[in-house]
Amino acid sequence: MPSISRDEVAHLAKLARLAVTEDELDLFAGQLDVILQSVATVGDIATADIPPTSHAVPLTNVFREDVVRPSLGQQQALSGAPEAEDGRFRVPRILGEEA
Amino acid sequence: MTNDLIHATAAELAAKIHSGEVSSVEVTRAHLDRISETNGKVNSFLHVDTEGALAQARKVDDAVKAGEKVSPLAGVPLALKDVMTTEGVPTTCGSKMLEGWLPPYDATVTRKLKEAGVVILGKTNMDEFAMGSSTENSAYGPTRNPWDLERIPGGSGGGSSAALAAYQAPLAIGTDTGGSIRQPGAVTGTVGVKPTYGGVSRYGLVAFSSSLDQAGPCARTVLDAALLHEVIAGYDEMDSTSINEPVPAVVAAAREGLNGDLSGVRIGVVTQFQGEGYQPGVLRSFQAAVSQLKELGAEIADVSCPSFDYALPAYYLIAPSECSSNLARFDAMRYGLRVGDDGTRSTEEVMSLTREAGFGPEVKRRIMIGTYALSSGYYDAYYGSAQKVRTLITQDFQKAFATFDVLISPTTPTTAFKIGERANDPMAMYKADLCTIPANLAGTPAMSVPSGLSDEDGLPVGLQIMAPALQDHRMYRVAAAYEAARGAFGGPSL
Repeated sequence: MPSISRDEVAHLAKLARLAVTEDELDLFAGQLDVILQSVATVGDIATADIPPTSHAVPLTNVFREDVVRPSLGQQQALSGAPEAEDGRFRVPRILGEEA
Repeated sequence: MTNDLIHATAAELAAKIHSGEVSSVEVTRAHLDRISETNGKVNSFLHVDTEGALAQARKVDDAVKAGEKVSPLAGVPLALKDVMTTEGVPTTCGSKMLEGWLPPYDATVTRKLKEAGVVILGKTNMDEFAMGSSTENSAYGPTRNPWDLERIPGGSGGGSSAALAAYQAPLAIGTDTGGSIRQPGAVTGTVGVKPTYGGVSRYGLVAFSSSLDQAGPCARTVLDAALLHEVIAGYDEMDSTSINEPVPAVVAAAREGLNGDLSGVRIGVVTQFQGEGYQPGVLRSFQAAVSQLKELGAEIADVSCPSFDYALPAYYLIAPSECSSNLARFDAMRYGLRVGDDGTRSTEEVMSLTREAGFGPEVKRRIMIGTYALSSGYYDAYYGSAQKVRTLITQDFQKAFATFDVLISPTTPTTAFKIGERANDPMAMYKADLCTIPANLAGTPAMSVPSGLSDEDGLPVGLQIMAPALQDHRMYRVAAAYEAARGAFGGPSL
């Protein structure tokens, strides 16, 4: 298995929305390399003829009757929001400056 | 009197409360006092809900006085792992990400406890988002093992198990994704049960790895764990992976076990979980347990489950993969922490800064491992292979259970290690879960029951008992019989 580079860790952090520091990149690159090399041993016995298991319980879609039931009110749903306005979640800008 | 109350079992307390010999308020106050005296040393509770606990206790006392029939654990205090939502009561998951968050709803487990009249004392410390084996990954400081304050209480549910060992509560709730109930149980000398996957609702359990997460009971005796098991288990339409089957009759099984006869019970000793890397005192304690089980009439033989050697690497791919997806919900928009929103930054920048500030190192490591394992080009080699190993582990269990009623092993390779000893070596830390992980991957029930103290360091050792899915009662019967034969092994002095 290829070992993981510092640049790859930086890319992973970006994908995972983690603004990691330079020091963390050094630390994590070393640790992730050790972990990934260790867990790569699953490949030793995972041959092509074995079906994968994603879940211990065979899952099928679960349905219920489409009836109105009590649920969280607007105030409750917003009670933990970092910022709310006019009964809605207030978020930072989502479009670029040029838009 | 106070001493008697905190050392009593839940079953004993319930009998006294329901007969009117002692009030639930008295019992609750005794435990709240004990928490005030000892929590500074142990750090097992993150939040103590004095008013809520006493209000619930008074309600039970009123019902008893009025001659109403109350449920079997009504009035008995309990410590709740801080990963279960509690309406209006802080729920942090051991993370700064949720500091100060007051959930707007109760988890199903919380609701069932309240409906059964159980007194929730407060919320217990844990590794952040249940990721860890030592409770050192909590953002609110480590929990200490009551048997030796320099040592870890296990994890992720170290707070719940330490609360039991410190006599702060006779009952606790944990969650077990790779051993987070059983491993803390083992190293604190307490009982911890991971029920069959789907046996206890996950609604309101803050998700780490959804195909593995399972809540379960923790106690100081097998019967107490069984009583609590029956309170929290059962089908729940709010959890799409909940199993719609009757709850296994675990209380009856524990009572049956107490008669001390295991004639005809076939027990398999998993050969993969001994030998190199196992502490000699742990193995000696395990062998002594095997001898006692034989004396009780059980038929014991070795069984080989070769794929179990690959359970640890498979788990450390599957759990991080699921966590990388589950923890995407912490986006700084709807609840929890938000940092860096100064009016100039974009949503994506605020999200990244918040997650950087709110998550600790282990959570970040696992999110990145999972992101890697699921990325195109690596998916087949990592996540795909891990899912195949999961199939092999399930097959090994099926083969073993064709011959044996239950399987046994040590719960952990070693007794409690020192705080800080494995903090900078993730792989060494992960090995604490070596023996507990297969049951999570297969969705089968497993529990840890104390097998006394290791002769070399005087620290508690756990015996793991595993059963087929929905046969939880089998392990309770064996555990209760063994517990009675084992006898008392003392407790920590605090």
